[in-house]
Amino acid sequence: MAEQKMVSLTIEDRPVTVPEGTTILEAAKIAGILIPHYCYHPGLPIAGVCRMCLVEVEKAPKLAPSCATTVAEGQVVHIYSDKSLDARKGVLEMLLINHPLDCPICDQSGECELQDYTYQEGREDSRYREPKRFNPAEDFGGDVIYVPNRCILCTRCVRFMDDVAHEPTLNVSERGDRALIGKFEGRDMTHPWAANVIDLCPVGALLSKDFLNKARAWELDRTASICPNCTQGCNVMMETRENQIVRMKPRPNEHVNAFFMCDWGRLNYRWMNEKNRAERPMVRQGATLAPTSWEAAITAAARAVSGKKVFVAASPMLSNESLFLLTELMQGGSGAFRVVEGEEAPLPGVEDLALRRERAANVYGAEKLGFRKTRELLGGLGQGDVLVVAGEDLAGIDSAALARAGDVIVISSVLPEAAAARASVVLPIANFSEEEGTVTNLRGRVQRFTQARQAPGETRPSWLVLGDLLGALGKQSSFFLPSEVFARLASANKAFAGLSYDTIGFKGLPLADAPAGPKTPVAVGAA
Amino acid sequence: MGFPHHPHPRETTVLSKYFGDAEARTLDGWKKRGGYKALEKALGMQPAEIVNIVKESGLRGRGGAGFPTGMKWSFMKPGDGKPHYLCCNADESEPGTFKDRELMRWTPHALVEGCAIGAYAIGAETAYIYIRGEFTEPLYWMEKAVKEAYAAGILGKNAMGTGKRVDVHVHKGAGAYICGEETALMNSLEGRRGNPRIKPPFPAVSGVFGMPTTINNVETLIASAPILLNGADWYKQMSLSNPKSTGTKLFSVCGNVQRPGTYEVVLGFPFKEFLYDLCGGPLHGRKFKAVIPGGASVPIQTMEEAEATLMDYEGFVAQGSMLGSGGVIVIDDAQPMVTVIARIARFFAHESCAQCTQCREGTAWTTKIMERIRDGEGTMEDLDTLLDIADQMTGKTICVLSDSCAVPVVSGIKKFRGEFEALIQGRRFHPVTAAVA
Repeated sequence: MAEQKMVSLTIEDRPVTVPEGTTILEAAKIAGILIPHYCYHPGLPIAGVCRMCLVEVEKAPKLAPSCATTVAEGQVVHIYSDKSLDARKGVLEMLLINHPLDCPICDQSGECELQDYTYQEGREDSRYREPKRFNPAEDFGGDVIYVPNRCILCTRCVRFMDDVAHEPTLNVSERGDRALIGKFEGRDMTHPWAANVIDLCPVGALLSKDFLNKARAWELDRTASICPNCTQGCNVMMETRENQIVRMKPRPNEHVNAFFMCDWGRLNYRWMNEKNRAERPMVRQGATLAPTSWEAAITAAARAVSGKKVFVAASPMLSNESLFLLTELMQGGSGAFRVVEGEEAPLPGVEDLALRRERAANVYGAEKLGFRKTRELLGGLGQGDVLVVAGEDLAGIDSAALARAGDVIVISSVLPEAAAARASVVLPIANFSEEEGTVTNLRGRVQRFTQARQAPGETRPSWLVLGDLLGALGKQSSFFLPSEVFARLASANKAFAGLSYDTIGFKGLPLADAPAGPKTPVAVGAA
Repeated sequence: MGFPHHPHPRETTVLSKYFGDAEARTLDGWKKRGGYKALEKALGMQPAEIVNIVKESGLRGRGGAGFPTGMKWSFMKPGDGKPHYLCCNADESEPGTFKDRELMRWTPHALVEGCAIGAYAIGAETAYIYIRGEFTEPLYWMEKAVKEAYAAGILGKNAMGTGKRVDVHVHKGAGAYICGEETALMNSLEGRRGNPRIKPPFPAVSGVFGMPTTINNVETLIASAPILLNGADWYKQMSLSNPKSTGTKLFSVCGNVQRPGTYEVVLGFPFKEFLYDLCGGPLHGRKFKAVIPGGASVPIQTMEEAEATLMDYEGFVAQGSMLGSGGVIVIDDAQPMVTVIARIARFFAHESCAQCTQCREGTAWTTKIMERIRDGEGTMEDLDTLLDIADQMTGKTICVLSDSCAVPVVSGIKKFRGEFEALIQGRRFHPVTAAVA
């Protein structure tokens, strides 16, 4: 990158030095002040239409829209001067005159920027005495519902579809106060990334059908995680209510997904709330699987595995940590995994961002750790090998295919039907949303995910179960935290060398030998 | 005036000389009247020389803002390797203004010539004439004139045989007030929704299709031809008051006067004589009450102010208004001011492009309050609210449409507060008694 010229200015008495061409709004963020704004979004082209971010710049004749005004050397900016506060108060009053003020029944309530800034800077009352404008709600297709009465016409959604999705679908229809967001004839919001407009909408005008009336924003617990639904590894917030995941939202990460996530990934969270779970450790007693204690089950599994060649049928949803421990368990055997595939759906406006063909979180990590990607999952299973089914649902596999195996150990959150009759031991584990760990995305970026919900019954995190199992086999392996497993992995595998949970943080880090992606980080501020 | 009446003896007809002269509309007729001599002269000069002459003449933009034309042209840096464009703003949509319409109806070749001169002066090979959607007759004449000019080799690859390329295209708008704003006009010309763009970048840096562009009013471009022919000094000496306002200006007069129409006078002409002499004064039995001198978006003048005004850029400002586009709307004592202002506000509310919050919501809110007061449902607080909304609408938006809506409201309340209060207090405006009183 060419050397950037730096510009120094003063924002609210705080000196700031930023690269030339930075907007006042972004510079203020660096100074620690969020200037109220609606139409501006760091992932979209600048519109400058909401006029909410007006600030006073000394020596300028008029208030400046800080989102569209670049910094200048020696500039003195006042965000909270009487003039700028008055202008923003005016904008807020105007935005609210036709707003239905139906916060009690609005899904956005609690995470609404109109609410936030009105409480922060708005008037206490309205002087509007006229009838309010009314337009009926409209189904925009896909996951999107439009409630025009709440719309402030910031045009973020229009710009997303035009300039990021590259599929012009929305427009501003009509003029003056009759204006509303419209759909082009014959188009609807079925673009694979269209639902991002719901997150982009600063108010309750664009709502998710999936989330409609499901929960109030303040009832949700939010957990930083990774979308497990494809190899892109979009950073997300998993939002739970009463231990159920009710929504996934993108979490900004300039190296992976900018501000966005695809509709498929976003809506594919119900499997993590699965009720039909293996909840207790079980060992085979004759024809049936009998519940037992963890100690007994681990001992039984260790006895079955001990001294045998092991074939691991793993799931690419498992974390690096668990896959690594599984490789320790192989004892000269091998491991394989298979991936569900779908159609790739890129988001054209962001470099190297797509819903990927391979629909699992840790395909790259599994390959890196020596698991073979195959369509014939049990192809490598030798006669008499111990088969460890780890997280694999064995869908589409006939139970007869398991006949070759010696003992079958199931380490899974759901007991696969095909293995039910053959399993000697069942060790129930937490699923992706219930444990902590790391996954590696298709560009070799190692990213952490954390526990979003509590695992049911007696299930335990997979890394803990595998650690205990290895311990029972006499290997030195006693882990209290997934970070300890990762530290072991980092010291054992050159690709992971130098990484730790602390250094990875919540934006991830690439593996030592990660393929150099074409990615140039997009400018990301706090959205 | 020229059409349908003969020019008034006190008019100075430079641009409106051939109004009503049907033959001047044709290429041959126009050439017989000295047409295209200025273009011929211009193409033989260096562009910088033309810019200098226009600068020297003191010609200022006739569309409303009054920016010095020569200076605007000099912003176009030659040799930057980019195509330059000239846009002629013929969207004349300011209520009360119809001077460009007359210019295009009667002297379409004058505009073709003006565009060609302007384009050449700023280093552009292409000029667009953006004509308002409702202007069907001017469109007809302009298209015809451009076609004739191409056929005669005046325009095209080898303009007037000089080997220089000058193309002129006529583009019809779809009929939106806001498309008269220069950046909205450019968006509309490009095929987008006619929304004003944020400035900077200014059109001279990034205009039509992202290229350096100059936008001039019809009257400005047409005025460049006689300036080139007769010299800057000839134009400069046409000034009756302030030396910063030179040349002649067309004023289109409408409303409650004896002789509405388009008049051309030298800048600095006394407004009082203009209204009472040239325009024939008020209708029988009526008195003038107020004047909006520069199209609907300038402050309303009381008659005291209007009668003290010298008609130039500075003169109108000195008397509480602006020259604007020269669309003089005369209001007599039979008209309730509240109704007039409510109607103007309604116009702006209808035409707001809906980008900026203050404009989208403010124009409509203003209209609703104004109409409520008009209907006798207003309160005294409404006046304060109106002024406060107007304050929020001024100087805070991308373009000046919202300011334009605030201006008549503020000046109306300031200067005709009595009429507002009378309606609020239940005393209805009665045109007949008002006229007699």
